Amino acid sequence: MLAKRIIPCLDVKDGRVVKGVAFENLRDAGDPVEIAAVYDRDGADELCFLDITASHEGRSTMIDIVERTADKVFMPLTVGGGIRSLDDIRTLLKAGADKVSINTAAVQQPELVRAAAKQFGTQCIVVAIDAKRRPTAPLSSGHPAVLSWEVFTHGGRTPTGRDVIEWALTVERYGAGEILLTSMDRDGTGEGYDLELTAAVSAAVTIPVIASGGAGQLRHLHDGLETGKADAVLVASIFHYGQHTIQEAKAYLHTHHVPVRLCEEHET
Amino acid sequence: MSRATIAIIDYDMGNLRSVQKAFEAVGCSATITRSPQVIDDATHVVLPGVGAFGDCMDNLERYGLSSSVRTTIAKGKPFLGICLGLQLLFTDSEEFGAHHGLGILDGRVVKFRSTDTRMKIPHMGWNQIRFSKQIPLLEGVPEGAYVYFVHSYYVEPRDETIVGTTTDYGTTFVSGIWRENVFACQFHPEKSQRWGMRILENFSRFS
Repeated sequence: MLAKRIIPCLDVKDGRVVKGVAFENLRDAGDPVEIAAVYDRDGADELCFLDITASHEGRSTMIDIVERTADKVFMPLTVGGGIRSLDDIRTLLKAGADKVSINTAAVQQPELVRAAAKQFGTQCIVVAIDAKRRPTAPLSSGHPAVLSWEVFTHGGRTPTGRDVIEWALTVERYGAGEILLTSMDRDGTGEGYDLELTAAVSAAVTIPVIASGGAGQLRHLHDGLETGKADAVLVASIFHYGQHTIQEAKAYLHTHHVPVRLCEEHET
Repeated sequence: MSRATIAIIDYDMGNLRSVQKAFEAVGCSATITRSPQVIDDATHVVLPGVGAFGDCMDNLERYGLSSSVRTTIAKGKPFLGICLGLQLLFTDSEEFGAHHGLGILDGRVVKFRSTDTRMKIPHMGWNQIRFSKQIPLLEGVPEGAYVYFVHSYYVEPRDETIVGTTTDYGTTFVSGIWRENVFACQFHPEKSQRWGMRILENFSRFS
């Protein structure tokens, strides 16, 4: 049976992990390669690096990190942040990334998604969508409240006027192999994923959806996968700050009847 | 036994570095190459590949590598096809219009058909392999082991005796092939952590 995926995500700036990771026994808590190795041993199903570097020099640092990670960690690696062209994608894939995640550039030039899917295969093109809830009509208006979300770009700074569901369907049609769906309303809150958003997008498209933004407890992972119908969950702070290990998260999900790749399987 | 030298066929399709590094991690010397001579000199040959079937086949032909694949297999040299490298061995594919493959194995490549809205395509992530027969490649790997998949198409071999493993995703599809010196897997051993490394190590020891 296809397992639901647990994907730790690291924000990387100028080659260093932002918001340090609170593991014991790490020689360098800011080194993404070392942290990747820890998550590998702990049974992560995939890894995600989000490059939030602005400078050109920093970007070549990221290539080096991807190479060094792919040299020692044998699991799927997704890299996102600042990808603008087919050349950017080719460079990252050649360095050892398995998938690239495109956000702002996909909105600005949807043809990039189509061209990239054609050239590199749909399986390696992830479109990241940053979604923010639109205000619903007040109850007093007499209209039933219909939930909707707007697509934002540039790290959540720029509203686009686009509807998230329509955009998800568009990128699917253009050849995206997966959608990384982040709730801006929930990101950083620890209150759980936006389950209505996740379920709405997951029901609309036939490609896998990764829920992101808001996970603060193991229960939230369960809810994102079950209620939100996500195929995978992106997790940052729960793991980074040592609140839980990936193995604990998987054991919890298994107990609650979510199909996961159990870590005992690693030991046998 | 002398150390295995692995030639990884480079035809501009996908992440070959991971395949190379994974073989190096299990103690092999592995070279990414499109030189027929290097392929001929290697003890083991790997045909990886992600992307579109038609593009892959075109590139194999353009670089003159399809004859290298045929020669390798005809000589009885251990050969491993990974993902699209499995599919290319077959006769035909229905991907983006009909394409002809290498035709080394008889059968066709078909697309997953979504049976309900929960069944997402591509089939992406960790899924289990069931053994159809004993395969040298799977020595030490437990039945039901999880390996990493990412694909929208799968093979339907005409000869069922070459089926090595199957996997369930909406339907039961063929996830591994073995015929004499030809091994092929739909999943990515180079991305499958412990069991994937075991499979690559087993391959490198096969002679």
